[in-house]
Amino acid sequence: MQPFTRHTAIAAPLIQDDINTDQIAPVLHGRGLKEDYRVTLFHRARRRDDGSENPDFVLNKPQFRNAGILVTGNNFGAGSSRESAVWSMLANDIRVIVARSFADIYRENCLQNGLLPIVLAPDAADAFAARVIAADGAAPFTVDLESQRISGPGGGDIAFEIASADRMRLLEGLDDIGLTLKHMAEIVNWEQRAAAAQPWLQTTRDGR
Amino acid sequence: MPKTLFDKIWDFHRVGERADGRELLYIDRHVLHELHAHHGFAHLQKHQRPVHRPDLTFAVQDHTVATKPGRNDDTNPSGTAFLQAMREGTRRNGIKLFDLGDPEQGISHVVAPELGIVLPGATHAVPDSHASTVGGLGALAFGCGTSEMTHILATQVIALKRPKRLRARLDGRLGEHVSAKDVALRLIAELGVAGARGYAVEYAGSAIAAMPIEQRMTLCNLNIEMGGRSGFVAPDDQTFAWLAGRPYAPKGALWDQALGYWRTLKSDDDAEFDRDVSLDCSTLEPQITWGTDPSQVVGILGRVPDPAQFDASRRGAAESAFAYMGLTPGTPLAGLPIARVFIGSCTNSRLPDLEVAAAIVRGRRVAPGVTAMVVPGSSSVKRDAEAAGLDRVFRDAGFFWGESGCSMCAGGNGDRGAPGERCVSTTNRNFENRQGPKVRTHLASPATAAACAITGRIADVRQVLAGAI
Repeated sequence: MQPFTRHTAIAAPLIQDDINTDQIAPVLHGRGLKEDYRVTLFHRARRRDDGSENPDFVLNKPQFRNAGILVTGNNFGAGSSRESAVWSMLANDIRVIVARSFADIYRENCLQNGLLPIVLAPDAADAFAARVIAADGAAPFTVDLESQRISGPGGGDIAFEIASADRMRLLEGLDDIGLTLKHMAEIVNWEQRAAAAQPWLQTTRDGR
Repeated sequence: MPKTLFDKIWDFHRVGERADGRELLYIDRHVLHELHAHHGFAHLQKHQRPVHRPDLTFAVQDHTVATKPGRNDDTNPSGTAFLQAMREGTRRNGIKLFDLGDPEQGISHVVAPELGIVLPGATHAVPDSHASTVGGLGALAFGCGTSEMTHILATQVIALKRPKRLRARLDGRLGEHVSAKDVALRLIAELGVAGARGYAVEYAGSAIAAMPIEQRMTLCNLNIEMGGRSGFVAPDDQTFAWLAGRPYAPKGALWDQALGYWRTLKSDDDAEFDRDVSLDCSTLEPQITWGTDPSQVVGILGRVPDPAQFDASRRGAAESAFAYMGLTPGTPLAGLPIARVFIGSCTNSRLPDLEVAAAIVRGRRVAPGVTAMVVPGSSSVKRDAEAAGLDRVFRDAGFFWGESGCSMCAGGNGDRGAPGERCVSTTNRNFENRQGPKVRTHLASPATAAACAITGRIADVRQVLAGAI
């Protein structure tokens, strides 16, 4: 996983609640195993019925075409667990999402992929959204995970909270499986204990 | 110290704590599906990591499979590569696959319980947000992403922060033609789409005790629609009777030993929950969604709400839902003409769901101009339904009777509606464009969906059966 330390980019405002993974990464037909996730992101919102580009969608506006920070509302990423909803952000160089809250599985999927999910309290979220809207893509914001601050046009730095464990994982770009494999002896021990305590759990057999 | 059932299952399965503070929870049963599995297989191959416990891992083909009779790998061309990658990956890793054409093929959340792969007090993971369906048997299940799936394949544990505990007390006797689907929709409406986020939900109360296992699964299936990753019902005698004799359930002395333990699987009387909510189910009428998220729900005789009823933060979403759904505030739901009915999905495709729908359809016809489909949740359900003659009931009425799979729930297999169609669906998400571009989905129970198919309108099943419509 690519480590995350600091990210400077244009911030795009998509201030809505409950944006779901069907909206972020719709299931597209004919995509095959090697999906082009650049195209997946907000596929339907980005296009009009005739397939042409929808100029009103925020990421289609000239000033936000290269946005690397997405600013949104409550419960971002609700719905399906599909990880394409994170991969499609990264494919478009969006490495930070600032929300009022995230759906649980979506937030986990972000952490697995080095995408920084920032949660701001309502007052700070309102203030930050106002600055992002006012900046209108004219100047970038910088998100620094080491100092846990967002800086940019329109005011002073904004501090954000993140669990220290999640912060460490992102900063070091730790391989999640690698972290757990260090515990393999404990896992095997558990299996032995479980095989004695609840032996039906450690075996599967079609009894027919 | 008194413990909740969640604590008992969690504590038993807790392997240790990682350097980053996450707890490692052992996963007893891991079920894969073809939409995500190939990513995991490719990752493991690239990093030369083996599957730690292929014997505790199962796989199904469900999301992309065609439902057309006589289907094969190519019937849905956009699924072909997924089906073949799944076949290759499971073979290489020694994982049991319920493939296309297998007598047990079907939706993972239907297949795993009916084969007894899911057990009370066991942990379960599926790379699909509706994993907690199997909580209906008293298993603690986690829907996960692709990376988490790969992590479980390599280690057989999931790295989590311990969730909080919510108890949903559902009391009262359900009225006639009111089912778990209606209860779940009402609960989501009350709590909101993020109401259970961060919580593991235990469903309890007299309505649960009286609820058949399949309905408990419907209820737990919809847990994620209020933001909860895991939801479950404590197992009871009904659960044990349901499981006994299932192919993968323990047998003989092992069954007796398991049963002894399973009987201890309940929250202690004085155990504390982080949150308690309750719902009186005795006055509940059939429910239906009017909008584009599963919390936008009214009783079947209700009206599209007035935006003034919503607080400011929800008003914008409501207004965009009105526009998408082609509805104006104050319109009664009942009587709206529909173009399509779908009965199926991990939410409502088990045999009792089909029996309920068939009882309403029997001797009647699908209304002219309505496309109606039934897609059984598994090939076993399909077989059992055919043995009982349900396929004839549906076909005689003008329904399409399909092969098992996820079908129109997410349209990943090409089954979808046409733009602008109003569709009554027994699935779990009414998100925009989910069942096809611009399709207007109304979520409801199998009974309501059947009544709507016959009348060609959104209808109250009770009135239809009383001959009032």
